[in-house]
Amino acid sequence: MRSLALIALLVLVVALLPLFVTSGFALNFVIMVLYATLLGQAWNILGGFGGQFSFGHAVFFGTGAYAMSVLQIKLGFNAWLALPCAIALGGLVGTALGALSFRYGLKGSYFALVTLAFAEVFRILANTFEFTGAGVGLQLPLQESAANLQFATKTGYLYTALALCTISLLVAWWLKHSRYGAWLTAVRDNEDSAAALGVNAFRVKLIAITISGALMASGGAFYVQMYRYIDPHIAYGSSISVEALLAAIIGGMGTIFGPLLGAAVLHLLSELTRNYIANAPGVSLIIYGALLVLIIMFMPRGIAGLFERKR
Amino acid sequence: MLDPAILFPSLLNGLTTGAVYALIALGLTLIYGVLHIINFAHGAALMMALYGVYFLHEKLGIDPYLSLPIMVPVMFAAGYGTYRGVIGRASHGKDENILLITLGLSIILENAALYFWNSDTRSIETPYTLSMVNVFGASISLPKVVAFGGALATTVILLLIIGKTDLGRAIRACAKERQGAKLVGINVDHVFAMSFGIGLACLGAAACFLLPAYYVNPQVGNGFVLIAFTIVVLGGMGSFVGALLGGFLIGIVESLGGLMLGESLGQIGIFVIFIAVLLFRPQGLFGAKA
Repeated sequence: MRSLALIALLVLVVALLPLFVTSGFALNFVIMVLYATLLGQAWNILGGFGGQFSFGHAVFFGTGAYAMSVLQIKLGFNAWLALPCAIALGGLVGTALGALSFRYGLKGSYFALVTLAFAEVFRILANTFEFTGAGVGLQLPLQESAANLQFATKTGYLYTALALCTISLLVAWWLKHSRYGAWLTAVRDNEDSAAALGVNAFRVKLIAITISGALMASGGAFYVQMYRYIDPHIAYGSSISVEALLAAIIGGMGTIFGPLLGAAVLHLLSELTRNYIANAPGVSLIIYGALLVLIIMFMPRGIAGLFERKR
Repeated sequence: MLDPAILFPSLLNGLTTGAVYALIALGLTLIYGVLHIINFAHGAALMMALYGVYFLHEKLGIDPYLSLPIMVPVMFAAGYGTYRGVIGRASHGKDENILLITLGLSIILENAALYFWNSDTRSIETPYTLSMVNVFGASISLPKVVAFGGALATTVILLLIIGKTDLGRAIRACAKERQGAKLVGINVDHVFAMSFGIGLACLGAAACFLLPAYYVNPQVGNGFVLIAFTIVVLGGMGSFVGALLGGFLIGIVESLGGLMLGESLGQIGIFVIFIAVLLFRPQGLFGAKA
């Protein structure tokens, strides 16, 4: 219940934010944190709760982004109709990828590599075919109205990001408090014992990767609506996969608020480096990488681990 | 389309490219075979080695092939130190942690290169860069032939080290049975760090052979890292002969794939092989069942 109250508080605070804060910079910062939380939580569902480390979550992100663009541009879908389709497609790709890799018992490093390879295959395909805009990418026409899920002000995007992020937090809450979530963490901790107790490990992991893929795809769809442009490198490049796993690992894997903490810390750090250290390409990523190494060395439970009661 | 006059040079080209891939994969497979970890920073380490060779040539005028006695020990030391200082300490006994640590290291290296040397793609001019030699009627660039020979020589040296020396015996002992190796008095941490160092030393050699015919930029490692993983998985994780043959196979697949499907789509063959092998034969073509 405490976690639910915290989620409700977060929603309330962010929802009231535009009444008090008018600075575009501050609102943009909050949007970026919510968006990064969404990506981190998507990764966390599979990686943190399920223990299946993906290095290629871009495969779902890109699928959501491209589905959103192609459906609107080439098939004339309305954005509100395209969104659930994009999310469903992301989930479907998750199911397919999971069915393949879990059927053959891939885990650990092998699973990480196979997800990476799938993202790469999708990148090459998107780079080749005409209906995904090939190397040039796709540009969404400007139609600023809520009916098209495009907004003239930051506030609209803030609420969209908040809605998606809240859903992802609620999914994580559900995993903490449901029978299915218990199965998932049991499979993570010891797959053989879980199976011996009658948990269908294959099905449990398949559901996790489907949810994870759907959430990640919603992040891709949000990206397209906000920036109105997508190309193979943005969609399926490794940086988006890394961003998702960084937020989850730095914040704390397998926790409800870990990705939120991780996303906030990472974005705060990148703003600070930009302002106080150097505004040069690569600097904030050097710090991200160092943070990842340090967290794993000294705080394997992430930032959220600091807040957990000692048992 | 399959005119032998085009096919043969393309095949030969694939074979020479494959030799360099094999050289990169050898280091990776050694590290995997002994430590059971996937070194995700392998591509970034190769990129650093390429920059090393580049600056030795540009600033000190040292020929890339003569950089070998410098780059190999330097990369070895870097690998030994990295294992001792970071990787060995941070694993907490979990393979996934090492995977993430090496991912972190690759992010750091790649962006440090971007920060210090910007994103320009650089290459070097040598008197032999554009020389061609005639092999059975097909002309092929001299640096690629040298790289082919160098890759074979390195593999032989590596096999000798692993097979005939005390260090090699210790490495094999640790790979097979960590606990037992410790009990007979082998310093396991030292052996692990040595393996990691030798794995990176292979990259030092690969960089010297690669640069005369190739280029370097901060992202150059990414292109190689998935290919090297593919080769390692294809050849069987930890198998040197497998890595060599896998390298040749992937080089040929890439070359023929490019010929038939075009540059962009041609690469896809590699990843399809990768996924298929991971799914259906994760022990690889030459590896023993895990």
